[in-house]
Amino acid sequence: MTIEELETRARQVRRLVIQMLAKAASGHPGGSLSAADLVTALYANVLRFDPANPRWPQRDRFHMSKGHCCPVWYAVLALHGFFPQEELFTLRQRGSILQGHPDRKTPGVESASGSLGQGLAIALGMSLAARIDKLDYRVYCLLGDGELQEGSVWEAAMACAHFSCDNLCAIVDANGCQIDGRCEDVMGLEPLAAKWQAFGWQVIEINGHDFKQILAAYAQAQTIKNKPTVIIARTVKGKGVSFMEGVVGFHGRAPTADEAERALKELA
Amino acid sequence: MEQLYQRDVYGQTLVKLGEQDKDIVVLDADLSSSTRTNLFAQKFPQRFFNFGVAEQNMMATAAGLASCGKKVFLSTFAVFAAGRAWDQVRVSVSYNNFDIKIVATHAGITVGPDGASHQALEDIALMRVLANMSIIVPADGPQTQDAVLAAAKNPGPFYIRLGRAKVPTLEAQSEFKFGRGQLITDGKDVTVMACGIMVQEALLAAKNLACRGISVRLINLHTIRPLDSEIVLKAAQETKLIVVCEEHNTIGGLASSVDEIIAEKYPVKVIRVGVRNRFGQSGEPQELLKEYALTGPDIEKAVLSNLA
Repeated sequence: MTIEELETRARQVRRLVIQMLAKAASGHPGGSLSAADLVTALYANVLRFDPANPRWPQRDRFHMSKGHCCPVWYAVLALHGFFPQEELFTLRQRGSILQGHPDRKTPGVESASGSLGQGLAIALGMSLAARIDKLDYRVYCLLGDGELQEGSVWEAAMACAHFSCDNLCAIVDANGCQIDGRCEDVMGLEPLAAKWQAFGWQVIEINGHDFKQILAAYAQAQTIKNKPTVIIARTVKGKGVSFMEGVVGFHGRAPTADEAERALKELA
Repeated sequence: MEQLYQRDVYGQTLVKLGEQDKDIVVLDADLSSSTRTNLFAQKFPQRFFNFGVAEQNMMATAAGLASCGKKVFLSTFAVFAAGRAWDQVRVSVSYNNFDIKIVATHAGITVGPDGASHQALEDIALMRVLANMSIIVPADGPQTQDAVLAAAKNPGPFYIRLGRAKVPTLEAQSEFKFGRGQLITDGKDVTVMACGIMVQEALLAAKNLACRGISVRLINLHTIRPLDSEIVLKAAQETKLIVVCEEHNTIGGLASSVDEIIAEKYPVKVIRVGVRNRFGQSGEPQELLKEYALTGPDIEKAVLSNLA
């Protein structure tokens, strides 16, 4: 997709996120909206997959380690034909294929997540499987910045570098907020880039809402050899909806019907 | 009597499996010479990964490998496999229902001199509450091979519990069947059920009790999940007392598994021989078995004092 098309697509994704969450009356809008551009671009321009055969062995893998932001993932999967768009409005309902946090019953979802800090290790396992099977697929893993406070993330970071996983790209949706406030106030993470560098990673730092930078980062990551790459994407929590942007309260609260209406107007 | 390390048998069995199935991948966390996964590592270095002292990472990485069709065996000490990495086992292994076989060594009090921090007395309880998880506690060397082969053959997550010390090979037994208790001696007065090294202790007790004219039905309940409820209920109906023996806390392990079935379907008296609300401590395995009342004579006593 061109950058213009990506911008249109991302707006559509954000609209779906708002509609899904309003319908479900629960869920996590803030981090879904901050990651919307990153996930939209990845599926539209980067990943190799076949929606008709979600378990195609040579598919690129995507794993959402920050599982609570699955609404944005579900919206993108639906737009790419993994399942009908109507399913989106069953989110979080009994019997739905779209659980409140990722579950393998959703076509396109490789592994459950929801307990933070486990996803990068899961991505590492996928990366090592490609090595054993001599397949050239790549593995992408989306993490939250608050999530980086989990120690197990750094166990995985150490191991990905140790095993020289250059088929693996981590993406940090660095929106700077977590449930109890700003990350720097709750449990400081900076200097983030230096931390990943010290763990042996190639670091690319971008504005996570600038498609030119996003695409360039994905392209550069594919050229890095002998070590894993992390894209630290600086984003805005709640991006695209003025009254949600940077507002910690929208981490885990769905918009009311009235708020949804206002949000959709802004995203029209 | 032949004495074997269960973990030696495990390592050798892994090598055999690795030769037959190229999708078998083995992981360890800096204990490969103790768990004996090093035998596989030497033979198949491309399919072995050492994670260093990072059990949580090993456990979740196993899930990623399994999502790509690998059959993963992973090992560390039982305290770390079941304790340290429990949330990873819950969400990434068990909830995903992946083909991951956790083979935990150095379980129980017979770890010996390392003491309480290294003596898992809670691991069966921790694994037993997870949906999808199968659990086997083999009684000796040959049965360790049976357990590992069963785990390789049956899809889904498994927890296999092995000890540190050498264990005597039990006298001729009936064929091992995953999910079925093994009748070792038949009897009508009391049923003794046991798993792991406690089967050997129970066998000693059964022989002495026979000399006193008490007929003991001895069952090796090696598979804790799915538990053979048929053999348990039959024992409840046909004998007057059930005694359950395990090298584990009396809360949450084999005895609890038996109690749950009996309480629901056919209430009879069940006596637990296990570690009662205590941590372990340093010492030689045999000393500790005595200290914690886990020997043949302790089982005998439990039978005699409860058989009215």
